[in-house]
Amino acid sequence: MAPSHRTLAGEITKGLLVENPVARLILGICSSLAVTNTVINGLAMGLAVIFVTVASSALVSMVRKVVPGGVRIATYIVIISGFVTLADLFLRAFFPDISKTLGPYVPLIVVNCIIMARAEVFAAKYPVVPSIADAIGMGAGYTWVLLAIGAVREILGSGTILGYTVLSEKVFTPWTVMVLPPGAFLTLGFLIGLINYVTMRRARKTR
Amino acid sequence: MKNSSAAMVIVLTVTTVVVGGILAGFFHLVYPRIEANRIAEEKRAIFAVLQGAEKYDVIEKEITGAKGKKEVVRIFKGLNAAGETVGYAFIAEGPGFQGTIKMMVGLNIDLKKLTAMKVLEQVETPGLGNKISEARFTDQFSGLLIEPRIEYLKNRKPEKPNEIQAVTGATISSKAVVNGLNGRINIILGILVAEAKPKEG
Repeated sequence: MAPSHRTLAGEITKGLLVENPVARLILGICSSLAVTNTVINGLAMGLAVIFVTVASSALVSMVRKVVPGGVRIATYIVIISGFVTLADLFLRAFFPDISKTLGPYVPLIVVNCIIMARAEVFAAKYPVVPSIADAIGMGAGYTWVLLAIGAVREILGSGTILGYTVLSEKVFTPWTVMVLPPGAFLTLGFLIGLINYVTMRRARKTR
Repeated sequence: MKNSSAAMVIVLTVTTVVVGGILAGFFHLVYPRIEANRIAEEKRAIFAVLQGAEKYDVIEKEITGAKGKKEVVRIFKGLNAAGETVGYAFIAEGPGFQGTIKMMVGLNIDLKKLTAMKVLEQVETPGLGNKISEARFTDQFSGLLIEPRIEYLKNRKPEKPNEIQAVTGATISSKAVVNGLNGRINIILGILVAEAKPKEG
């Protein structure tokens, strides 16, 4: 994958839709479902993942010629855990409230397969700049999907958006199921369906 | 690089040492802030459950709990501007549906009623169990009689001064709060009564 004729902009934009990690590659689903009951959680999680992906991909790409194949996965995991711990400590020090609501999901970015996949599939084979571009695109793709799921679930599940009431409880009974895990699965399912529909129609038009 | 054992050992060792060193440095840098956040939150919670408190003293007491486990119990004695005791605050915990529920609890000065209760940490089901941290539930604990013990009712309004109504559909969470409180109150009362005695005698 990723032939050399690709442009830098292409490396960034492919993560947004065509190769979107959550909606197309179905990676990183655990955290996408777990933290998206509100928009702000999705945003904080997305930013943390962008930081970790970009930093890890850059570093993995830099050391790609030095690391022996036999220990490459172990090395990537050490690098990724290092950046995740930095992000976790940073959130705990400067955004304690967000850190609290995200709970164990920030440390669990270590096992988010998006970052591992980008390290293994892309950063380990390409120079630093394209690797950073790829990581930005993938991180942004993850973030917007989280925001979209978070927005749908927060509006339907709590009647609020970013904590502000948009649907008053007088006219709208919040659907508790949207805040619970099934709501996450439903929303993600519809979103994947929608994105597939859009990309298929596009493909048909160009043919 | 070639896949020799030496290369693998060297690369992995260098990576872990460097990453470990950076993390240790960064932790050292931000730890004071993390600790300050924790203390500030504790302070906020204490003042939230003890109305009129301006500052507090910490009473520390080691107790031997079940299975001979030693534990240091911390009680926060709330003092008003004039230095008079306005009540006692303490942290209580109960095993919830998915994890531990941690609460800050205020006890009035004659040790018979709660002044307030605030949930500090909980991972109960969103939309159901997590309603235990909403005012509709926690407000029931303000002025609640703790003798002989706190009781909870399902789906009906409390009649006695030591009763609260459980969150509908989240009895486990409500029960965890009540049991956690009852258990802790006994220990706290024991300590406070023991503390008070020598002064009287």
